Amino acid sequence: MESWRDNRFVFWVFALPGTLWLLVFFIAPLAIIWALSFGEQVDLVNVEVTGTLQQYARALTDPVYIQIIWKSIWISALATFLCLVIAYPIAFLISFASTRWKTVLLVAVILPFWINLLIRTYALIAVFRTRGFANFGLEWLYTTAQLDHVFGPFEPLPLLYNNFAVIAGLIYVFMPFMVLPLYASVERLDKSFLEASLDLGASQVRTFFSVTVPLTMPGIVSGIILVFIPCLGSFLTPDLLGGTNAQMIGNVIERQFKAANNWPFGAALSFLLMYATFGALALRAAFAGRKQGMEV
Amino acid sequence: MTIRKNYRPNRRAVLQASGAALMGLTLLPRHSLSAEEKQVNFYNWDTYIGETTLADFQKASGIEAKMDLFADNDELFAKLKEGNPGYDVIVPTNDYVERMIKADMLETLDHSKIPNFSNLEERFQDAAFDPGRKHSIAYMWGTVCVGYRKSKVKDGVKSWKTLYDSDEYAGKVSLLGDAQNVLGHALKYLGHSLNSKDPGQIKKAEELIIANKKNIKVFADDNGQDLLASGEVDICQEWNGDILQVMEEDDDITLAVPQEGGLLWQDCLCIPKGAPHPQNAHAFINYLLDAEAGSKIADFIQYATPNGAAKKLMDKEYLENPAIFPSDETIAKCEAAVFLGQEVTKLYDDAWTRIQAA
Repeated sequence: MESWRDNRFVFWVFALPGTLWLLVFFIAPLAIIWALSFGEQVDLVNVEVTGTLQQYARALTDPVYIQIIWKSIWISALATFLCLVIAYPIAFLISFASTRWKTVLLVAVILPFWINLLIRTYALIAVFRTRGFANFGLEWLYTTAQLDHVFGPFEPLPLLYNNFAVIAGLIYVFMPFMVLPLYASVERLDKSFLEASLDLGASQVRTFFSVTVPLTMPGIVSGIILVFIPCLGSFLTPDLLGGTNAQMIGNVIERQFKAANNWPFGAALSFLLMYATFGALALRAAFAGRKQGMEV
Repeated sequence: MTIRKNYRPNRRAVLQASGAALMGLTLLPRHSLSAEEKQVNFYNWDTYIGETTLADFQKASGIEAKMDLFADNDELFAKLKEGNPGYDVIVPTNDYVERMIKADMLETLDHSKIPNFSNLEERFQDAAFDPGRKHSIAYMWGTVCVGYRKSKVKDGVKSWKTLYDSDEYAGKVSLLGDAQNVLGHALKYLGHSLNSKDPGQIKKAEELIIANKKNIKVFADDNGQDLLASGEVDICQEWNGDILQVMEEDDDITLAVPQEGGLLWQDCLCIPKGAPHPQNAHAFINYLLDAEAGSKIADFIQYATPNGAAKKLMDKEYLENPAIFPSDETIAKCEAAVFLGQEVTKLYDDAWTRIQAA
């Protein structure tokens, strides 16, 4: 095969659009925001990039921002964990389904992507609210089971405008990002390993934790990354589904760019989040590297 | 670039030519083709214009009005801050008019091109936030008030106390979702100005809200009327026009301005700096101030119009509706929001962050 070095022109023709795209629409805007994070708002419209660290200092010294970041992390972590627990059986189901059903199920997983996030979130409001579909359904079950004669009339559950709604919304929105990588790795899983494990006397549970989980680990890790990181930055879901204390760090950042009109501080908060994410990814890479080193 | 001889020149020529053509297309200024084409770009709030106003304007002037929508003043400001993306007429609220004047983002209006300005009631022909009306023309006005369900709130809402300092309707109350409104009306309840710059007073308002947070269901971003209509809450703080819209569908809903008074707002027509069609923009503003056009808009959107000539064409039902036109006594207690400056805005925003994190 020809090496790309022999045909540099063709290589650049193919590489250029992608490179330009990345430069113009990713690196450049990010660089601008990064520069802004070292600036200060001098008047209503102008920001001067002075190299000051005051924005970072403000974010790190005022405990309220750390508290909000911490809350965002645990909400995202919980949503990611629940996504994983729910998505795992779904991935297995799809993987073990017949070819025809496989297509149908995969389409069903991807289908919500065809509808705008905002509309899906509003749909969730219609499901969760006091006089929403979830409560109607529960009420029907409650009265059909004659429970209202025992415990009194049905009290609608407060499903909306609390942390439950935020986490449910995040799970709903990001579920496909968990199912797809899990499905890919379950699909690659050699099913004869499972049979071997069972034949050799391991219980179903043991087989699952000692064989299945380690072999699908790449899918689990990608799924966690793909769900956790967007969760951390989400602002629409807490805004629309959350109650009075639903604010996540994404909401604070959004407000800095709009209502508070303080782009440098918003930029600093965004980059703090980014540094933390990079840090976590680097830690993961380091751990993965060490483990590999031990195995070799 | 060096030319490799093993490439056929024609292919390369084609690539280069198409590349150049693409570059040319993207770099061509959007409006370089004619001095002022028959078009005006209107940046407006949703459901804030008559049903046929834009078509009528085109019929009358031959200028095509294209409308784009924004959801709040912050969005409008953020979008125009880095340069005008092509809008000719915008509709900011009074404190943002002030902000944009200070930031030199608004064109000075040529009043000789807006003869219909005289249709406006006298008190709207001048304003503290824009002396001489050099940059802004009143479009609609109203208050921030309390919408509530009559069957659930028997005694009505007399004071902001019901929303800010009471557990009578715990979990059935929503407040607006922005710092200025939530804190401003708490300040009003505490007997201060809605535009207080005193850090101590702002702190007191913050503490009041945090202490009462357990009784608030949600800080609703401009959808309080939907919460009220769907029975999610029984009392909500909202812009009066939004409540009016659900009042039409549900007789059990009404609104009141609490005795302490609320925010008085005025949305204004302005021409942003860098507007590509300033002549058309003036013509369009003049058309919106026309008596008939103005009455059609007011009739459709059910907000209070400042247009005296248009009011003459309106029916009693609109003119005598206290939900649209509060009494002079109520208006006297209300306050218009003032642009407080970056430093004080930051105080409000920090308090708002702490309130939501508490």
